[in-house]
Amino acid sequence: MEKKTLFDKIWDAHVVKSVPDGPDVFFIDKHFIHEVTSPVAFLNLEKRGVGVMYPERTVATPDHNVPTIDQDKTIKDKLSRMQVEKLRTNCKKHGIELHDLGSAHHGIVHVIGPELGITQPGMTIVCGDSHTSTHGAFGAIAFGIGTSEVEMVLATQCIMQSKPKKMRITVDGEVGPGVTSKDIILYIISKISAAGATGYFVEYAGSAFKSLSMEARMTVCNMSIEMGARGGLIAPDETTFEYLKGKQYAPKGADWEKTLAEWTALQTDEGAVFDKEHYFDASDIEPMITYGTNPGMGIKIKDIIPTLDGMEGSNKKTYLKSLDYMGFAPGEPIKGKKVDFVFVGSCTNGRIEDIRSVANFVKGKKKADNITAWIVPGSREVEKMAHEEGLVKILEEAGFKLRQPGCSACLAMNDDKIPSGKYAVSTSNRNFEGRQGPGARTLLASPLTVAAVAVTGEISDPREVF
Amino acid sequence: MAYDKFNVLTDTVIPLPTENVDTDQIIPARFLKATEREGFGDNLFRDWRYDVEGNPKEDFVLNDSTYSGKILLAGKNFGSGSSREHAVWALYDYGFRCVVSSFFADIFKNNCLNIGVLPVTISPEFADVLFAAVEGDPSTQVKVDIDKQTITLLKTGEFESFDINSYKKENMKNGFDDIDYLLNIESEITEFAKTR
Repeated sequence: MEKKTLFDKIWDAHVVKSVPDGPDVFFIDKHFIHEVTSPVAFLNLEKRGVGVMYPERTVATPDHNVPTIDQDKTIKDKLSRMQVEKLRTNCKKHGIELHDLGSAHHGIVHVIGPELGITQPGMTIVCGDSHTSTHGAFGAIAFGIGTSEVEMVLATQCIMQSKPKKMRITVDGEVGPGVTSKDIILYIISKISAAGATGYFVEYAGSAFKSLSMEARMTVCNMSIEMGARGGLIAPDETTFEYLKGKQYAPKGADWEKTLAEWTALQTDEGAVFDKEHYFDASDIEPMITYGTNPGMGIKIKDIIPTLDGMEGSNKKTYLKSLDYMGFAPGEPIKGKKVDFVFVGSCTNGRIEDIRSVANFVKGKKKADNITAWIVPGSREVEKMAHEEGLVKILEEAGFKLRQPGCSACLAMNDDKIPSGKYAVSTSNRNFEGRQGPGARTLLASPLTVAAVAVTGEISDPREVF
Repeated sequence: MAYDKFNVLTDTVIPLPTENVDTDQIIPARFLKATEREGFGDNLFRDWRYDVEGNPKEDFVLNDSTYSGKILLAGKNFGSGSSREHAVWALYDYGFRCVVSSFFADIFKNNCLNIGVLPVTISPEFADVLFAAVEGDPSTQVKVDIDKQTITLLKTGEFESFDINSYKKENMKNGFDDIDYLLNIESEITEFAKTR
């Protein structure tokens, strides 16, 4: 029998038909939408006179563009308000489930999907957002799409996709204390570059991933796109099933048992062939931070910013442009650099486990005077748990400001912007120029590193801060 | 939605050799608040094109009047990052119909094909040839022929072939999009959906 990867198994089960010398007609089980990339899709449907084929397969929430204070009041920014209102009217008109601002399950789309148990193993999931790859943590094929494709899914529950190549990234061994799943993925991206997995869909394998919680796996899969991959997945196991059991949309009773058997079979066959394989040793991974303007520009916190050795042409120009933007020089240590802001949040690290780790770290400590510290829970559910567990109190005593759920300063579409020229150490996923506001300088790191930076006011290795 | 048909495009070229240009640079997030598709061209490469006061930055290529054309010649790994189709809408709205690079990010490339901007992937060597020609002489013309799947530097006749599958090629030539195709096989989809 043909040996198949987990990715093959899920992909092949969702091909309605293959177009000769063309893409596959690819069926989508679950579709998430938000206010920024859906309005034009709905508008075009109307122009065509076409409805939504399976409204029950789409779930909506406003997240990208919403304020993170006073969510109970009318949104002040006119354009943001219009986008959120459009989402409401479109959902109402087409019968789409909406988790609106202020409702019990409002939050970042990639946080609430798993939280509600909508995300399940073996599914195909898309959303007009590149971090849809997050849902791959459950052993699903999940990836970001453009607005034309959002329209396709609404109209026909399918998109036209050529099957990507397959890559496996194996990390074996155990990471040391103070090293998180964010460090693992930043390490991998720094090794294979921001375009190293373009054209591929990744499976993460090996003991370093197996030992991670679902939250930590989501952080890894979330950043698959940052090395160019459409998505990345991890085969489901006991950790996955335990997380999903009892969730609102997870199968119940006899259905649960039956589904569990199907999910358990979702594994890459022994001997299945990948187009590309990478192997890393977990013991080499240490707390990481980025120093440049793409997520591949990461180093161990103890290391120096790479020198110009071996660089030439447009590569060197691009590198110097990047360091110039950041206000850094080649060969400098990164540790000890002054920081102005810290941001804990986003679909990468805005889950309860992330907030717990920051709270545990800063308990009884104070943030440094030069630091403005924002913490933005990924969802209302996360916010609620943070209050119930007493984490909010700890964080506020340490000088953090807790805001309301949303994408917030990860992409700074709302008012949560880092001022021009200021340095922010952020748990988010992108350090692109201007990502956190025009002129803002972003350094990506784990929640633990961010906590250490908040306390010391400068780039610090969390293992050295007590 | 339907877009301009693409057959043969012969035009001058705007060169942007910077590598790893992400979609946040092509159109920053704060300009994604529209609920319609028009007008994004004004903010194309906003923060590279204008300073904080809104004055054009002289050293950015779109502000250099010696360069013009419907073809953007870009550095490698163009269009990485966010899936925002607005990036391609902005390029289209500005007037680009073709983007040439030695390497494209996946989602960006799909988005291009879906709205009628032809992404042409060439070898790094041919990219070097084109950059040198265009930067040496901004009146340099390049011809992109979708039917023959070739991109030619007219001055010297140097050319390279590029890949595009025949399905997408027909779509581009006729200005069709995927939804036209999908709506035509609706019954096959509904049959399939019963199994999921």
